[in-house]
Amino acid sequence: MHGHLLTAKNKLNVFASGLLRLGCLAGVLLLCLTPLAFAQTPTDASSAQPTIAQPPSPNPPTAVTGRDFPNDNGGSIIVSWTPSTDDGAGLKNVESYHILRGTAPAGPYDTVGSAAAGQTSFTDANVHAGTNYYYVVAAVAMIPQPGGAPKAVFVQSDPSPAVHGVAQWFHTRRLNALIAVIVLCSAILYFINAAKSGKALFIRKIAGLEAVDDAVGRATEMGRKIFYIPGTQDMDEVQTLAGITILGRVAKVAAEYEAQLEVPVSRSLVMVTCREVVKEAYLNAGHPDAYNENSIYYLTDDQFGYAAGIDGLVMRDKPSTMFYMGAFYAEALLLAETGNSIGAIQIAGTAMPAQLPFFVTACDYTLIGEELFAASAYLSREPKLLGSLKGQDVGKGIILAIIALGIILTSVGALSMRTSDPDKLGGYNIGQYFDVE
Amino acid sequence: MRREIPTFIAFFVGIICIVQFFIPHWPFGGMVNTFSDWFGLLQAFAIWLGALNLIKVSLERSFNKKSHDRWYGIVVVFSFLLIAIIGLFFSGARGFQLAGTRFDFLYVNIYTPLSSTMFAILAFFVASASYRAFRARSWEATLLLVAAFLVMLGRVPLGDTLTGFAPDGYRLSDIASWIMTYPQVAGQRAIMIGIALGVASASLRLILGLERSYLGGE
Amino acid sequence: MADMTPTNGNASFFEKMMRIDRRVIFVFIGVALIFPMFLNVTQHLPVSREVQMASDALEAIPEGALVLFACDYDPPSAPELQPMAVSAFKVALRKKWRMVIIGLWPQGPQQANMALNTALADPRYKDVHLTEGVDYVNLGFQSGNEAVIQKMGSDIPTTFPRDYRGIPVNQIPIMRGIKNLGNFDFVVNISAGYPGTREWVQFGVDRFGVKMISGSTAVQTTEMFPYVGRQLLGLVGGMRGAAEFEQSTDNPGLALRFMVGQSVAHVIVIAFILIGNAAYFATRAGRKKS
Repeated sequence: MHGHLLTAKNKLNVFASGLLRLGCLAGVLLLCLTPLAFAQTPTDASSAQPTIAQPPSPNPPTAVTGRDFPNDNGGSIIVSWTPSTDDGAGLKNVESYHILRGTAPAGPYDTVGSAAAGQTSFTDANVHAGTNYYYVVAAVAMIPQPGGAPKAVFVQSDPSPAVHGVAQWFHTRRLNALIAVIVLCSAILYFINAAKSGKALFIRKIAGLEAVDDAVGRATEMGRKIFYIPGTQDMDEVQTLAGITILGRVAKVAAEYEAQLEVPVSRSLVMVTCREVVKEAYLNAGHPDAYNENSIYYLTDDQFGYAAGIDGLVMRDKPSTMFYMGAFYAEALLLAETGNSIGAIQIAGTAMPAQLPFFVTACDYTLIGEELFAASAYLSREPKLLGSLKGQDVGKGIILAIIALGIILTSVGALSMRTSDPDKLGGYNIGQYFDVE
Repeated sequence: MRREIPTFIAFFVGIICIVQFFIPHWPFGGMVNTFSDWFGLLQAFAIWLGALNLIKVSLERSFNKKSHDRWYGIVVVFSFLLIAIIGLFFSGARGFQLAGTRFDFLYVNIYTPLSSTMFAILAFFVASASYRAFRARSWEATLLLVAAFLVMLGRVPLGDTLTGFAPDGYRLSDIASWIMTYPQVAGQRAIMIGIALGVASASLRLILGLERSYLGGE
Repeated sequence: MADMTPTNGNASFFEKMMRIDRRVIFVFIGVALIFPMFLNVTQHLPVSREVQMASDALEAIPEGALVLFACDYDPPSAPELQPMAVSAFKVALRKKWRMVIIGLWPQGPQQANMALNTALADPRYKDVHLTEGVDYVNLGFQSGNEAVIQKMGSDIPTTFPRDYRGIPVNQIPIMRGIKNLGNFDFVVNISAGYPGTREWVQFGVDRFGVKMISGSTAVQTTEMFPYVGRQLLGLVGGMRGAAEFEQSTDNPGLALRFMVGQSVAHVIVIAFILIGNAAYFATRAGRKKS
């Protein structure tokens, strides 16, 4: 009986050993075969898998700082930065910069503007004075993508230190203008006071203003109208006010001479003002009943529509006298030449330098520039107004002296540098505005 | 009070406008914009005054059979109503000025040619005015005449054709350019300086109330 | 003005020459201007300093820049100014600028649209397709004259809340990030008068430091010369300036063609002036003798 049990136990051992051997063999086979699964085919390039290399992103800009924009109400901050090393050099792939603003160093940040590549500053003009802001500048590059459209990549700088806008109480760059205003106003006020004291002030003859009475008289003799054109601009233009001042004088003379005055205007507010002025003038002349409100009327705001309207009226009514006093543009010659064609006597006055030659050519008398503004003083002979003219002349004298000094210094400078090249004498150079090589 | 209140308003606004030029700080910094907006509002409302006055005067002329402006009055009234009605009711509301609308048709085919024609008349008037005015009556007039010749010829290619033999920098276009750049600019600057001083003086008189004739009195 | 020539039939030939009917002059000028339009003749022009400066300034602006076109003119001045606008837009197309168009004159934006369409019609740009709102936008007209420029210095979206089509600016892609004038790389101003170049110089350049060139009518150009080289980086003046600008930017167009007519007209004017002066001196000599 002893021999049968040993056989079952041996069989079990044999089975287990067999399993173990099988497992080991499988493990060895697995270990041997695994590298084959990852083995690449050597040497045959046509069957190699391509390696995708990502283009590198540019380096970010650095040293971002902000400073208050000078001479403003605190609503602007200038942001400056050192450009990315890949802007115009290195990878040369920076296309622009985005400027972002936040109220805390950790954000959140909002985009407030952009700058082209190469630029190193940006003005953020939408800040609240006194509030601390932090800025980040992001370099933008368009990185090509495999098989697709280029993708915009934003590479941000570190946040700037805190900066806030400060409102200034004085615009320092306008100090010279302030000095000029003080000097001029002081001169004017001094001479106004001097005139009040009875001091006689000389004023040269202005032919155009001397001829006003004769021109109005001519209209009365011929039984034809006077046309008065107070310019084509609105009441916010000083020339229009000057023209309306002269209208008052002309209306008074027209009332005294019983001449027919017509005032076609281009602006509604000017129409209303002219009516007041002419009505008052007729009242002062003692002829309130002769005033006709309909003689001052509106035509159109449109420049050439107004010129066409006036020209038509002139050709049909054939006035004997035309006044052009105020601001004019291209319609100046249209009006003056039409008036000349009917033989009217024409007196013009404007402070528009471009239109002066046309008036000088076509009119009998022309008040040039400041003579228009001097008219009120000239016609009224009021001492206070004459005093202001004197003060104005003092201002002109000072400017003349400064110009003469400038001419002398520039001439001496040119001679000492032995050059007349305007660039070397501080003339124009486009390179100062652009980085032009 | 009829003159005092407007004079005070002129004084107050004038002083603020001068002060704000030098003081950017609130409240001065933005006041010019505020005043400009107010004036813009005034202008916008005032345009009704002008438009109504135009209609009134034109209607009076239209109905006055003896007036020699009668037909011009009729044309004005008709044109006014045509543009207003088409622009308001038959041109797509807010987009009335976009290309393709009836209003745009009127603008492109009637208003534009009329305006251009008026501006073009200047060319003819310049010629007739030049013929009449450029006479060598004195030394100054002769100088002006010569300068006009040089600039007129220098501003067209013909000038360089006529002086093609001259070295670079001495042709008619160069001479014209020199005249425009130096003597002309000097004269312009002189006139502009005088005008600026005149404006400053006139403005000061208005601000201080020395000049009140625009209010309807001496 | 006083006319001393006799008005009876005994006026001499020279006295008649001194008072030629203006309608005769008009006819000659009309023929001089109209006839050359039927001839397709252009002539090479020497480019003046200020126009060359304007061309150089535009060339110096980098590709992809954001440029503001301020079109402050209307149809009457279009013959002089439209060619300038067209040339500037052609440069913009070539350099792929992003364009924002505004107008301080009511008809300015419309003229700008016409100029841009003319530029796009150039065969050289037939492959260029601009998307309104992305590549360019027309913000239209805003009243207020120089106050508009002042406001643009601080807040453009408030100044122009909608574009020409009525779309709110905050929905327009190109307007994102544009807050004020400081965001623009350059300003091109085409101006026929007021408001125009002078206001842009006083408020845009002086206060907000924008870089700018200007195109203006011949009459206004004389007033702008003092600003050239300082506030203005270039100036294109009148028809002659427009022709030079077309030539210097290599965009030949209407202005170069119209120069022929201008040449003939100038010659006619000079001829009449000479006739008038000859007659004046002859009559003066005759009076001295008698």
